[in-house]
Amino acid sequence: MKPILRVRELTKRYGPGCPDCFDLTGAGQGTNQCPRCKSILACRQVSFDLFPNEVLGVVGESGSGKSTVVRLLHFDFEPTAGRFYLDLKAGQQSGSALAIDPDQDLFALSAFHRRRIRNERMGIVYQNARMGLHLKVSAGGNIAERLLMAGWRHVGRMQSRAAQLLEQTEVPVRRMNEPPRNFSGGMQQRVQIAKALSTQPAVLLLDEVTTGLDVSVQARVLDLIRSLQQELGVATIVVSHDLGVIRLLTSRTIVMRHGCIVEAGLSDQILEDPQHPYTQLLVNSVL
Amino acid sequence: MLTVENLEKRFVSHVLDGKQIVGFSPISFTVPNGTAMGLSGPSGYGKSSVLKCIYRTYLASSGRITYDSEAFGRIHLTELPENQILALRRREMGYVTQFLSVLPRVPVLDVVAEPLVHAGVDRSEARRAAGALLQRLRIDARLHDTYPATFSGGEKQRVNLARAVIRPPRLLLLDEPTASLDAAAMRVVLELLVEMKQKGTTMIAIFHDRSIMDRLMDDIYNMPEKETHS
Repeated sequence: MKPILRVRELTKRYGPGCPDCFDLTGAGQGTNQCPRCKSILACRQVSFDLFPNEVLGVVGESGSGKSTVVRLLHFDFEPTAGRFYLDLKAGQQSGSALAIDPDQDLFALSAFHRRRIRNERMGIVYQNARMGLHLKVSAGGNIAERLLMAGWRHVGRMQSRAAQLLEQTEVPVRRMNEPPRNFSGGMQQRVQIAKALSTQPAVLLLDEVTTGLDVSVQARVLDLIRSLQQELGVATIVVSHDLGVIRLLTSRTIVMRHGCIVEAGLSDQILEDPQHPYTQLLVNSVL
Repeated sequence: MLTVENLEKRFVSHVLDGKQIVGFSPISFTVPNGTAMGLSGPSGYGKSSVLKCIYRTYLASSGRITYDSEAFGRIHLTELPENQILALRRREMGYVTQFLSVLPRVPVLDVVAEPLVHAGVDRSEARRAAGALLQRLRIDARLHDTYPATFSGGEKQRVNLARAVIRPPRLLLLDEPTASLDAAAMRVVLELLVEMKQKGTTMIAIFHDRSIMDRLMDDIYNMPEKETHS
């Protein structure tokens, strides 16, 4: 089986950098800040594959670099180094006709081209709905905007697609014309999910989507993600500090600390037979 | 079909300053195609850990597990890439424990039907098959659309088993799947396992009930005593 997404040596540095950065930071050094030049290595030389249909977990404490990784893949900001490939033929056909050369490093493409790939082939859901939605624009409008960016032009079709998506994500369709700022936290996340899925993305990125929600609301959002994933089979990366989320949603997991991958494996193995000292600490810290 | 050679499991606990805990001492055995092998020994000898190493929930410390896969041919389970292990779990390898490991808030009928749906069977057909299997395992039809989290221990075990056998795997790992069943339910489970074996499923199993071991197993492997590392 060929991976749909490949990431190689992805690195994001804040600061000038110096020849010693890589030696003086990382999980072994216990910090992601270079003591010499004070640069922060948010993530360093991160490599992994994502397979079609698969849900991959990325777990770690705050500051481990896990969100940085998915946001780099969403082209939210520029990496310092690294390569990123999408092989859309490896996955199922999606809505867009946009073709991508599987051997093309996407970070090397123009901003215009990257934006198109993001709008038509990827979906993201952020922890904070404010990052993913215009809270003052109607829920339907938020989804329509995304469809518009992906090249949709027919208003009626956009409206019915938005209604269909909101129904799928259990948002009452009668509230489609209300702005998400009127909605509860859980419902805002469901609107984000609807928006992320609107263009039938090949890859879905979920960045701490249930963090900060009430436990009962968390459960409902997680159930929704799980059933949608089973139905649609979209390859998904789930970033979470919560091992319960990892257990519920993922089949493989990457553990990050101080910007590095310290362990990767089957999710049940990570949870039941963790190898790295940090993973053991994490698993032993579950309440 | 499956050969275990000098397989050994030690846990290294970094939380306890690198303390080594022996899972089980080196073991070797062979399970021919279509037969059932029982693992026997006092509790604490690592029987469950052996099954977990085969299923790759545990990483073996040393040794080899060779498996003749339908999809991949002869492979070494301890070294197989993770996505191939996942493919094996979906298509060829089942694992039933005494504990319910299914998901919360999913009706029991869907829990059991899921493997069939994944294999491409139409959802309503899969649910019908799941309903029939649950009936046979004496789970009342009125319970089929409830969540298994509310079930008794024995009911959960039967749900687990139903989920694992609805699409008979080539290799079935059983870890005390009858631990909290009454005699009547146990008979049904035994009947089901005997049928599966006749249809060609290979099994590696732990049962504390000696009579089941005798009736189902072709061979018994006695776990060696643990060598204690200092």
